[in-house]
Parts: sequence; structure tokens; C-alpha cells
Amino acid sequence: MGRSIKKGPFVDDHLMEKVIKSTSSGAKKPIKTWSRRSMVIPEFVGHTFLVHNGKIFNTVFVTENMVGHRLGEFSPTRTFKKHGAHTEKAAAK
Amino acid sequence: MPRLLGVDIPENKRIEASLPYIYGIGPTRARDILAKAEVDPNLRANKLTPEQLNRIGHVITENKYVVEGDLRREIQQNIRRLMAIGSYRGMRHKRGLPVRGQRTSTNARTRKGPRRTVGVIRSKDAKTAKV
Repeated sequence: MGRSIKKGPFVDDHLMEKVIKSTSSGAKKPIKTWSRRSMVIPEFVGHTFLVHNGKIFNTVFVTENMVGHRLGEFSPTRTFKKHGAHTEKAAAK
Repeated sequence: MPRLLGVDIPENKRIEASLPYIYGIGPTRARDILAKAEVDPNLRANKLTPEQLNRIGHVITENKYVVEGDLRREIQQNIRRLMAIGSYRGMRHKRGLPVRGQRTSTNARTRKGPRRTVGVIRSKDAKTAKV
């Protein structure tokens, strides 16, 4: 079930503030955020975000294609485990 | 065998039942199309006159129903987009795992394919360390 259009996309206020500040100052500094639930809106395009995944901050550079997705979608919370991790080849990594 | 939109060849069934053989057309669309083209849905596909077939083809293109190759391409493009932007869903597509949050501990065989038993491959160091 989609969200009502009347309300517009959801973005946490504190994140929106940060984005506006960074846009007006023109700074290239990445925006650190815990707000994984915020929707990517066109204003975010070109900014770099550091999206928390519960442990670390993942760098997410927002492009036009990402609009409409949520920030959390780009910062995976789980480690993908593979078999054969005990071999020398894997240990070298 | 009648041809519709190039390659599609539905057979000796009622036209209402043979239209869904076209990728992108299901029972509902088939009924809509026949109503708009004013063709009796109970007619057998091979009994249709070329003129009726033409009308059906026309209705499909006029309504901008995306069908067959175009539809397949559209779907592929959407998936490619998800993978390109590095989203969670794209990741799941890349890894051939279920995309919509289903469990993977068991089941998920449709996405994962036939079972492949994987044994643990230990390095030489690990072996000697044990002894």
C-alpha cells in the first residue's frame, strides 16, 4: 500500500535541515545520518550521505535513479556469508 | 494458425483463452480487448477473419499495452536499475536470492535453484593446527 500523495515523501526533519544547510553552503562534506527511513527526494541528488547500518556508516552517493527509494536500502545491515571462508585465498583478502 | 503481433501463435482455443498466450495479456486484458474490438470471445482463434485479427491487433497497439519483447525489456531494465544503484533489492537480484523478504533458511528454491551441497574447505594451516 503506497503512501498518500497528499502527504508527500517522508524525510526526517533533522535530515532535511542538514541537507538544506549543506546545499546553501555548497560544502562537499558527506552528511552523516541515522535516518534510514527517509525517502530520497530530488533535493538529495549529488549529495553524499553516510548512512548508519547499526554498526558503521556506509557511504552513499545519491544519483537521480535513487529518488523514491529510502536511504536504508543502500546501506545493508547484514553480512553476506559465504562458504569456503577458511581457505588461504579468502584469508588473503 | 493465426498470427498476432508478429510471432504470437495461439491455437484452437476460444479467442478469449488464446489471447493470454501473449506475454503481457492476461484474462482481464483479453476480455477488455475483445470487447473493444467487438469480437465474440467464444469464437475459436482459427475461425477469426483476418479483419477481426487486425482489429484485435489494433486495439492492443492503440491502448499502448506493453507486450512481449518490449515488456520483457522493460522488466529487465527495471531490474538493471535496481542493481546499478546498489539498493538492497538489486543486491538480492544479483545474488539470486528472494527479493521480497522471504525466508531463505529453508525453501526459496525457486530463486536459489537446485540444492547444491557445500562442504567446508579448510586450508592446510587449519589442518596442521589441529594436529
